[in-house]
Amino acid sequence: MSHAAIQADVAASGEPVLQRNRAIDRFMRHKLAVAGMAMIAFLLMVCFIGPLLLPFDDLFIDIKHRFAPPFVSVHVLGTDPLGRDHLARLMMAGRISLSIGFAAMLMAVVLGTVVGAVAGYYGGVIGAVLMRLVDAMLCFPSIFLILAIAAFIHPGVVSITIIIALTSWMEVARVVEGQMKSLRERDFAVAAELMGGTDRYIIFRELLPNAVGPIVVAATLNVANAILMESYISFLGYGIQPPTPSWGNMLNNAQQYLERAPWLAIFPGLAITIAVTSFNFIGDGLRDALDPRLDH
Amino acid sequence: MLRFLIQRSLQNVLLLWLVSMIGFAVLYLAPGGPLTQFALVPGMSQEQLLKIAEQMGLNRPIHEQYFEWFTRLLSGDWGRSFRDGQPVLGIIGSHLWATLELMGTSASIAIFVGIWVGVLGAIKRYSLFDYLATVGAMVALSIPTFWFGLVTIYIFSVKLGILPAGNRYTIGDGSFLDHVHHLIAPSLVLGLVTVALWSRYMRSSMLDVINQDYIRTARAKGAPERQVLVRHAMRNALLPMITVAGLQLPTLLSGALVTETIFTWPGMGRLFLDSLSYRDYPVVMGILVLSAVLVLIGNLLADILYAVADPRIRLN
Repeated sequence: MSHAAIQADVAASGEPVLQRNRAIDRFMRHKLAVAGMAMIAFLLMVCFIGPLLLPFDDLFIDIKHRFAPPFVSVHVLGTDPLGRDHLARLMMAGRISLSIGFAAMLMAVVLGTVVGAVAGYYGGVIGAVLMRLVDAMLCFPSIFLILAIAAFIHPGVVSITIIIALTSWMEVARVVEGQMKSLRERDFAVAAELMGGTDRYIIFRELLPNAVGPIVVAATLNVANAILMESYISFLGYGIQPPTPSWGNMLNNAQQYLERAPWLAIFPGLAITIAVTSFNFIGDGLRDALDPRLDH
Repeated sequence: MLRFLIQRSLQNVLLLWLVSMIGFAVLYLAPGGPLTQFALVPGMSQEQLLKIAEQMGLNRPIHEQYFEWFTRLLSGDWGRSFRDGQPVLGIIGSHLWATLELMGTSASIAIFVGIWVGVLGAIKRYSLFDYLATVGAMVALSIPTFWFGLVTIYIFSVKLGILPAGNRYTIGDGSFLDHVHHLIAPSLVLGLVTVALWSRYMRSSMLDVINQDYIRTARAKGAPERQVLVRHAMRNALLPMITVAGLQLPTLLSGALVTETIFTWPGMGRLFLDSLSYRDYPVVMGILVLSAVLVLIGNLLADILYAVADPRIRLN
């Protein structure tokens, strides 16, 4: 019996470990998702380690070399109107933008999971009210809502992260609610209930672990969305405030120098596009990998 | 059908009420609240602030304030702008047309393109075209609209000089052709996301339909392939797209806000940002609530249209 055949044989017996391996296999076959994963690892490394290797600080002002074009001097990606190194600023901005993306996602997933779990588990009036709240929140174009709140508060990294999370948990809630509704009817859930498990135990220990797949997919797409949202509001001037750089507010400054220094606009935009595309590809790959119906 | 209509309308009334509560909460629970506007005036004393709060009814219980605000909202009195004292609904109304012009032009072209990209992708599944369209749609959904706008301006206005960099028409011209000329770039920028979303949804909807029995029947009776695909498959695959159109409205409105900012388009999105920078809360709230109401109406219309087009829906 060949190795593959043995593996297939054992897999058929439904060992959970092997099932996870098959999910990993399916994910690895999704070339774009793997590329996205590599790209994110690369971006994280560049943004968090890169600045330590550069001879320039992101705030170092080299006024003699202002508006240096990219690829011709020691300033690899050129300089901005104050002569600050563009690459150093891009990397520091990446730290902020990526961190906000991850942190906002974590908050949104926690909030969405709790709301979705409660709504799906209890159902009835509570569930209906919570899910109608989700529907109502989704009626607002997200940028309008984020901007309206951001304009009232003192903008900072933490407050912007919270606002983005508060306006992007609804998709996760919908996913979790759907999962809970169907999972709670299953035999193991009924058994846990009959054995006297508390609601909290059943929701968090029995049901939620079975809904991890769809939550992970929603979470990945949520990071992509959070990075985009941060860039939108920072670009419009209500997000991260200079001198703290973020990919969004770098573009805000670049707008007026479009003719003289187009590289100031091109690189931050590319960085956002690459990061967001990568997360979207990863999310797509995870969706395929974690859906057992697609396994042949 | 009547029962379906009543049910959906009631659901939407409930949603409208929740939307108004969220809108009210954003305005009143924010630090400073509606008084911030006056607190910023130089030489304003604490006593004067309290007086204004009393005059505006801000010292009354919050549910009473909400109730009054909501009744006025329903009767069409959305308050007056802090900036110039004009009625909020009038100001929004004068900017709404520009937004609808941009959204309408962009969406109708983008939807047409998106549908055909999706249909071709589904027919030639796993071909090079399908692959490029799928990856392209994913990248298009990830590009920040404002950056795409800047790049478009850089290429077509700064470098090539063939498209205007902004505004709705040239002052002193304003002919139909001039309007169209100004519409091209912003419609393209706003349309990118729409093309991407529609091609993805249309592709999967078409793939669902293509494997149905009635398609095999149509082929078996000898109908020409072109007729099978267009008249039998595509017509049915288009039905769920009615819902997609409704669901995409918030994205489209968000995109319009950003596009209008880049291209100095005098629409609702730009009005929203201008009002934000002036802390003109009544207008900000008005646009926030109105955009949600537009989305609600859009979804309701999509529901009704879908039920009209597909009897299976309204029988459930």
